Amino acid sequence: MRISPARIWRERGTRYRLEASRCRKCGRVYYPPKTVCPACGSRDMERIRLPERGRLLTWAVEYTVPEGFRRYAPIILGLVEFDNGARVLAPIADARPEELRRGMVVEAVLRRVYEDGNEGVIVYGVKFVPVEE
Amino acid sequence: MRKVFVVGVGMTRIGRHFDKDLKSLFAEAALRAIDDARGASPQALVVGNMLSSSLYQQDNLGALLADYIGLRGVGALKVEAACGSGGFAVAMGYTLVAAGLYDVVLVGGVEKMSDYPTPTVSAALAQAADAEYEVVYGASFPALNALAMRLYMESYGASREEMAAWPVRMHEYAYQNPYAQLRFRITLDDVLKAPVVADPITLLDSAPIGDGAAALVLASEDVARKLSDAPVEIAGVGLGSDSVDVSTRFDILDPLSVRKAAEQAYRRAGVEPKDIEIAEVHDAFTITGLLSLEGLGLAPRGEAAKLVAEGAFAKGDRPEVNLSGGLKARGHPVGATGVYQVAEIALQMRGEFPGVKASSPEVGLAQTTGGVLASTSVIILRR
Repeated sequence: MRISPARIWRERGTRYRLEASRCRKCGRVYYPPKTVCPACGSRDMERIRLPERGRLLTWAVEYTVPEGFRRYAPIILGLVEFDNGARVLAPIADARPEELRRGMVVEAVLRRVYEDGNEGVIVYGVKFVPVEE
Repeated sequence: MRKVFVVGVGMTRIGRHFDKDLKSLFAEAALRAIDDARGASPQALVVGNMLSSSLYQQDNLGALLADYIGLRGVGALKVEAACGSGGFAVAMGYTLVAAGLYDVVLVGGVEKMSDYPTPTVSAALAQAADAEYEVVYGASFPALNALAMRLYMESYGASREEMAAWPVRMHEYAYQNPYAQLRFRITLDDVLKAPVVADPITLLDSAPIGDGAAALVLASEDVARKLSDAPVEIAGVGLGSDSVDVSTRFDILDPLSVRKAAEQAYRRAGVEPKDIEIAEVHDAFTITGLLSLEGLGLAPRGEAAKLVAEGAFAKGDRPEVNLSGGLKARGHPVGATGVYQVAEIALQMRGEFPGVKASSPEVGLAQTTGGVLASTSVIILRR
């Protein structure tokens, strides 16, 4: 994908600090954040930070990757669920596919997700790694 | 609202048409549809297409295609709803006639996908997902659907073998459809041993990449009688949406957009799921087809995989589903698919479908979706 520094910078709160939106009326939490609560319609939304630990709900092991991601293949893409009900989609790092199981505890870490060539911008983002329980 | 009828249909075979560009592919289907409608003169053109901008460097598709097929001067536009573009184009064309703006409207769908290597096409298709929170991580479209497939299998105890029954059946039907892209039979074992695209999705769980175009001539009731001996009524249309991001879904296994679109379409047509005799549903991946059957109310939640493995929804059952071979094997030229579906059901109702024939259906349903079940249209047809 095409990289724009402004676009990366604009998402810094959500992308690097896992900021989600929480509905003050019904309590649901959304990541990525929403301006209006999709469940109850309230506009009274606050920004909160998600916990750093969650549980793996489901995952995919991606072998055929889009253009530009060849060198990262295979990518393990995980859907991580937190105690407050929010979920985050992010790559799972430092793990082999056969180790993964539903409900395992994973922790957020900051990693590089994409490089725009040797002289281009490096995009960092959150990935999740398994935690010893 | 006026009644609207399908009075002409045209399709191209889906495949890798290296000898045809986007315009000539579209023209082939559009002119067939016009000929089928006794040389009707469309007063507007609606085109379903997803990738012309990202993959073919072409915008302004409506005017471009109208001019190419001799409709210079008529109003023309493109409708985009990712892989569901075709169904939304039919809905738009229906609305133009139903509202009384025009008496005769041409609805086409066209997609040209085979000019570029798979990673390039995969990147373009991924634009149906959330750019900031999914695509940035290299998420492909199969991978996002694989998240749902694993969850489905684990939550309902559906086995890999049960899930594989769907593509096997789709290939059996496509084998007999002269318009289909993948005209060969496969076995359960082929599905299980196929190359893995995004585990648990294999190559044989996935619709192929192909070029194709389909077109319909829609007309108001008084005009329809003059253009066709066997007009097929568009009896109800419903549209729905869900979050594009998979992460904030209320329930990943509840296809909200399908449910919403289906409720409206059934109500407007005055029918219920049990009245549907033939259906074409959106099976871009095995899991998408199964969740669609559940969202449409044709299968109870969590039971579609088991029912399909037991033989439900096959030729002779009610409803008969995807006799074309579905997206899986008829093919999925993304923005054209929804138009193919309606054309196929109209041909089945006329008794002229050239592949596996339905048992003279009176009420049919076509459902397409864009993204991971994020933008859905449901169209009910009645003979």
